[in-house]
Amino acid sequence: MSARLGTHVTDDDLVLHYYGESERPALLDAHLDACAACGARWQELSQVLAVVTDEAMREARTPEFGDREMDAAWQRLAPRLASARQRARLRRVMVPLAVAASLVLAFTIGRHWPAAPEVAPGGTERVLLVAVGDHLERSEMLLVELVNASPDQPVDIGSEQRQAHELLGASRLYRAAVTRAGEPGLASVLEELERLLVEVSHRPSEISPDELAVLRRRIESRGLLFKVRVLEWQVREKQKEPAPGAAAVS
Amino acid sequence: MQDAEADAQAVARVRAGEPEAFRVLMERHGRAVHRLAFRMTGNEQDAEDVVQESFLRAFRNLDHFEARAQFGSWLYRIAANCSYDLLRARARRLARTEPADATPDLDASVPTGDPGPDRLLAGAEVRRRIRAAMSRMSALERSAFTLRHLEGMSIAEIAQALDLQGEAAKQSVFRAVRKLRGALAEHAQGALRAKA
Repeated sequence: MSARLGTHVTDDDLVLHYYGESERPALLDAHLDACAACGARWQELSQVLAVVTDEAMREARTPEFGDREMDAAWQRLAPRLASARQRARLRRVMVPLAVAASLVLAFTIGRHWPAAPEVAPGGTERVLLVAVGDHLERSEMLLVELVNASPDQPVDIGSEQRQAHELLGASRLYRAAVTRAGEPGLASVLEELERLLVEVSHRPSEISPDELAVLRRRIESRGLLFKVRVLEWQVREKQKEPAPGAAAVS
Repeated sequence: MQDAEADAQAVARVRAGEPEAFRVLMERHGRAVHRLAFRMTGNEQDAEDVVQESFLRAFRNLDHFEARAQFGSWLYRIAANCSYDLLRARARRLARTEPADATPDLDASVPTGDPGPDRLLAGAEVRRRIRAAMSRMSALERSAFTLRHLEGMSIAEIAQALDLQGEAAKQSVFRAVRKLRGALAEHAQGALRAKA
């Protein structure tokens, strides 16, 4: 911000001043009193923003959200809360079980290799499949978000980065488990996915259209989204099998 | 009962396995969330969707909510973030379904010729110009501006609510104001001349 009287202030300084967020409001006030040019710009800005406020107030007929709407909203929300609660419970149980499953599978396969891993316990394998299926579904949603992001202007990918960061940790765990379980195809896709997740989580939260294009090209050129979808479908199908064995899903 | 205490009790009940207690929180804060969402999205259906998503997100993250914090402020930030996400999703859908040169520009629907001073002073024309300027804002600019100008949140609070760096939030407000000034400069000068 201009620190001395006689130096014109920028429009951005005026905006901050208008909202009471200027670092040196007294200095700015003095300058606006003394400088006709800046004073006129200040008047114009204040007028524009006052008009916006007036119009917003005039249009402030926010639609009714009374008791009836509230009740309808609750009726819509309640089943979703129940489902969210169930999923949270399942996740709390599944993550440690998935780790346990990976250890059991690794141990079993290690002991009996190269024999077919028929001894793998169906219950633990199923838990691993459910966890991996869930992981692939969340990864797919993230990839879709990135592929569909508007390429015309800088994009904020803050929330995608947080998801990528969470998925990354889980992906490493699942990759180790499926590698031990002898699922090279699945492990390879998870590894590819991890590389992309690392790239997403390490970028600045706002990326340029060019950077976004690079990410999209990476996803599209290797058919990563397609692979994730196919694997997710295969994993889900595998879950439906009545007597789970240790057959490959890839 | 104090507001904060009522919230804390409801939160404790939900955490203790009584999801129906979440309705208390919805009844206490639903209207404020709806009002914020409507201001940010400008659309009634979107506002209702934001109410759903905000409360669902709050429910899912209740374990991360610190008991000492204000539930209302926490939820308000979630709602701002949900509205922003919705605006971004809307922009992406538009970008996919409409070619760049077909992006709706409300200015294009202005009747031929510059509107005279009398028309510019007319409320409808001003409103139309504001809407046009808002429609040209990115999701981030619109969100940041609404939160700063209409909701009175500081730049730091906006950054926190939208998970941004402070500078990004600030620049978004600047860009939004520039667009409004571009749309309303003529009107503002006319009004100032009339005052003088």
